[in-house]
Amino acid sequence: MKSIAVVGASLAALSTVRALRAEGYDGAITVIGEERHHPYDRPPLSKAFLKGDLDADALALADPDEYADLRVRWLLGERAVRLDPAARTITLRSGRELRADAAVVATGASPRTIAGAQGLAGVHTLRTLDDAVALRADLRDGLPRVVVIGAGFIGAEVASTAHALGLSVTVVEAAEVPLERVLGREMGLVCSSLHTDHGVRLLCGTGVAGLTGEGRVTGVRLADGRLLPADLVVVGVGVRPATAWLAGSGLTVDDGLVCDAGCATNIPGVVAAGDVARCPNPFTGRHQRIEHWSNATEQPRTAARTLLSGRSAPTPVQPPYFWSDQYQARIQLAGHVAPGDRPQLVAGDLESRSFVAVYRRNGHDVAVLAVNQPKLFSRLRRTLTPVPSAVARAAP
Amino acid sequence: MITVCRIEDLPPGEALRVTEGVPAPIAVFNADGTVYAVDDTCTHQDASLADGWLEGCYVECPLHAAAFDLRDGRPTCPPAKVPLRTHRVTVEDGRVVLHVTVGEPA
Ligand SMILES: Cc1cc2nc3c(=O)[nH]c(=O)nc-3n(C[C@H](O)[C@H](O)[C@H](O)COP(=O)(O)OP(=O)(O)OC[C@H]3O[C@@H](n4cnc5c(N)ncnc54)[C@H](O)[C@@H]3O)c2cc1C
Ligand code: FES
Repeated sequence: MKSIAVVGASLAALSTVRALRAEGYDGAITVIGEERHHPYDRPPLSKAFLKGDLDADALALADPDEYADLRVRWLLGERAVRLDPAARTITLRSGRELRADAAVVATGASPRTIAGAQGLAGVHTLRTLDDAVALRADLRDGLPRVVVIGAGFIGAEVASTAHALGLSVTVVEAAEVPLERVLGREMGLVCSSLHTDHGVRLLCGTGVAGLTGEGRVTGVRLADGRLLPADLVVVGVGVRPATAWLAGSGLTVDDGLVCDAGCATNIPGVVAAGDVARCPNPFTGRHQRIEHWSNATEQPRTAARTLLSGRSAPTPVQPPYFWSDQYQARIQLAGHVAPGDRPQLVAGDLESRSFVAVYRRNGHDVAVLAVNQPKLFSRLRRTLTPVPSAVARAAP
Repeated sequence: MITVCRIEDLPPGEALRVTEGVPAPIAVFNADGTVYAVDDTCTHQDASLADGWLEGCYVECPLHAAAFDLRDGRPTCPPAKVPLRTHRVTVEDGRVVLHVTVGEPA
């Protein structure tokens, strides 16, 4: 193999390049990225960067010395629009065509939005550095009423940051219990109470019917008829895997690029990693995308080995892990919570917002959740073992 | 010089965070009988390494799993790129003693 094209120029792409070189691959690597930036770290975009405590340079994922070592040709500000596996070409929006012996798909995901948001100033989604720069400018404009749509982790972090900047914040969530799908009902309630602890209004069980305003947003209309006045709206309602450009390639796409446990797709010479890849996961017993930073850091090693060996090479994986920082609380979850898994408190107490809970399913520890308890969390996450597939299937 | 604790209070595998009398928090580790001291705050973002996972003479950050070699403070894998400052620490008469000069990088 003499040339590899990596599409997407973010965490999973850079991690794949590092892994390819670490595995001894010496050929050409071209990275194609739609954004104009070299890979940068997204988690601070909703936290320290949004608040103004970090500048863009501090987000860089690698420095010039490392880039020199990695010997990558960067095609930035270029969107891939087509992959033709038979001809081994990738077509860019500019019309340019690139030939490579193999391809890595690391195009991540893009935020979903709501109807009527387009063309209305003051309405934001948050995925990229450019998004964060625009949102930060708007947050610092002194317009006080912020409505965050969606109480998932990104919505919660943005709400927390806006609150820390002294703005008046309301969070609207369609589900009855925020984060229920990720943490279960009980812990979803506990973690979302961080909003109300700090005087941020949380409205649950109500959808958004639309936005009001001409030119610039003035309010959010709820499904129950209420109108929330708003100077600024942040839409945090989840993401979609960035796979549209793969149409017609013959690759199997179904909520992500479908892969096996070795990150191999249905077409030899094409692998995927990061938020875009849907792989079977021994820890969750599911075939799913994992939208976490640590997955985009670790999974590329598997993808690189598969690509270089020419056969799907599954490697041992860690339980899925993510963290979230909100209102001075650090939330960490490892493993996977399915409906019905019961959390059991093993340290601390809920009231003080410093605790560790372990979730059990049919006698197996399947997940551990910690709030402000990093040390015990580090220990317990290592005790999680893959759930036997029969047990995983038994979960609804 | 700061007396951190008695050596019995820092058994192998354990760590302590020192915040008093030092310019920035320092983490002191007992790695299988050898005592090490490094800056407590991970050079990547914002986590306390005294909360990390100790394995041999390496500590893994509790937030994003960068690992550091306690002997020289060097990170052994991303995301950390910058080494930790190391500090001299000794055991004297059963006491763990940290040798730091306030205000000066060690
Ligand atoms: C604001 C924010 C906060 C977060 N906080 C946390 C956190 O606290 N903890 C945690 O675990 N995770 C967090 N995450 C998630 C984490 O950042 C992602 O899991 C990670 O970035 C995924 O990396 P990736 O490389 O797979 O995809 P991405 O980072 O999405 O990168 C994909 C790249 O591909 C480019 N691209 C897409 N299509 C094309 C195309 N056709 N041609 C060329 N380029 C293309 C995109 O422009 C993008 O730059 C956060 C994410 C965001 C947005
Ligand atoms: S804060 Fe330590 S690795 Fe990120």
